[in-house]
Amino acid sequence: MTELSMTVNGVVRRAAAAPTVLLSTFLRESLKLTGTHVGCDTSQCGACTVIVDGRSIKSCTMLAVEADGAAITTIEGVAKSDGTLHPVQEAFRAHHALQCGFCTPGMVMASVALLAHTPNPTDAQVRHGLEGNMCRCTGYQNIVDAVLAASQSMKGA
Amino acid sequence: MDTFTFKRAASVAEAVAAATAGVDAKFLAGGQTLLPVMKQGLAAPSDLVSLARVAAMQGIGVNGGMISIGAMMRHADVAAHGEIKALLPALSVLAGGIADPHVRNRGTIGGSLANNDPAADYPAAVLGLGATVVTDRRRIAADDFFQGMFTTALEAGELITRVEFPVPERAGYIKFPHPASRYALVGVMASKSAQGVRVAVTGAGACVFRATALEQALAKSFTPGALDGVAVGADDLTSDRAGSASYRAHLITVLAKRAVARALEVRS
Ligand SMILES: Cc1cc2nc3c(=O)[nH]c(=O)nc-3n(C[C@H](O)[C@H](O)[C@H](O)COP(=O)(O)OP(=O)(O)OC[C@H]3O[C@@H](n4cnc5c(N)ncnc54)[C@H](O)[C@@H]3O)c2cc1C
Ligand code: FES
Ligand code: FES
Repeated sequence: MTELSMTVNGVVRRAAAAPTVLLSTFLRESLKLTGTHVGCDTSQCGACTVIVDGRSIKSCTMLAVEADGAAITTIEGVAKSDGTLHPVQEAFRAHHALQCGFCTPGMVMASVALLAHTPNPTDAQVRHGLEGNMCRCTGYQNIVDAVLAASQSMKGA
Repeated sequence: MDTFTFKRAASVAEAVAAATAGVDAKFLAGGQTLLPVMKQGLAAPSDLVSLARVAAMQGIGVNGGMISIGAMMRHADVAAHGEIKALLPALSVLAGGIADPHVRNRGTIGGSLANNDPAADYPAAVLGLGATVVTDRRRIAADDFFQGMFTTALEAGELITRVEFPVPERAGYIKFPHPASRYALVGVMASKSAQGVRVAVTGAGACVFRATALEQALAKSFTPGALDGVAVGADDLTSDRAGSASYRAHLITVLAKRAVARALEVRS
């Protein structure tokens, strides 16, 4: 076991982990941040997407030890502390971009990362940017609409 | 996942020493191939040697006609690099088309080459652009590096540190992605430089290869039309649920024409 320390959603968190522990397991089981979902556990679905040092990654495909010292944002960290939803979350709600909600934490994190480097995406860029995230319910159209709407509402924000 | 000893290397020498010391040690780069394989129980290394902090394997340098890419550079780094976009856009396009954004944020060029998946993209870039794979102990020409399915010229414990791409006069890459995995059903890199024409094909066979019939036709005239009627044999190609060998053979010529057209649209 190694003592790991990372800044998660702005707070320094410490816990011990064996080398085999995945970042997804560490977040969910050691830090009790269960908003990060594990869908496939085979690097395909993106439900486990979190942002590590500014980059979206699949937390089921990164060892927790490799994130030692990193700054991490999970779905629990995107809304404001007063509960105001992030514009991406708000757009997902308004555009009916979720049904069962299982893929949603990963979709939101992927969308937040996408809009950080491409603030004004085209429809095609949104689809390309969400290629690593699968949804079994919505058919994606409303998710794309939500991300495009969020890009508008985030202007000047 | 079976247990292993985790080691973090701070230098090339430390990484190679740690890999040689373990019974069955493996380097850990982006982990985008190795971790899924370990989770499935198909690999159970005794030691994982993390390369994340090896400074000599980082960075992208452009010097004269040569682009040197650190083996730990992520696919996203290569795709977004300004000088690569300007000098060798075919390589930016290739890197930006690998997998999805999250995999591109972790996966590395060194890991992709060491793995040599028959449907991976980077092998087509290295072979089709005549790049050189630099390791802790030698320089390996692209033509000698790829040896078969998941097999390369790397010795046990040998570490890829950088990859050097000569800037060609023109180059284009087109992949026909597998509809689910995004790996190449077939991918073709075509380039023209003072050293000649190279056409490398990935996804179609057990290992990336040069399509010599297409190269000979393009050496006479580097135009899509030069490939009219030039066929690639299907004998050694892959047949699977996604496509038969003859389908892949047909795709090679079609994609090679598009790669040449793409190469002619933009400088290099
Ligand atoms: C969902 C998904 C989709 C993908 N789609 C594509 C795709 O479309 N096209 C494509 O090309 N790839 C694809 N990949 C593979 C991806 O590009 C991997 O990143 C790449 O194959 C391996 O790179 P890595 O840095 O993750 O290596 P790792 O997984 O860390 O390592 C792979 C192997 O290489 C060895 N190794 C790593 N670095 C070195 C080095 N510097 N020297 C010597 N040996 C080394 C390791 O020991 C290991 O055996 C996909 C992967 C996933 C999960
Ligand atoms: S749970 Fe990580 S990609 Fe599906
Ligand atoms: S809303 Fe159910 S999987 Fe996406």
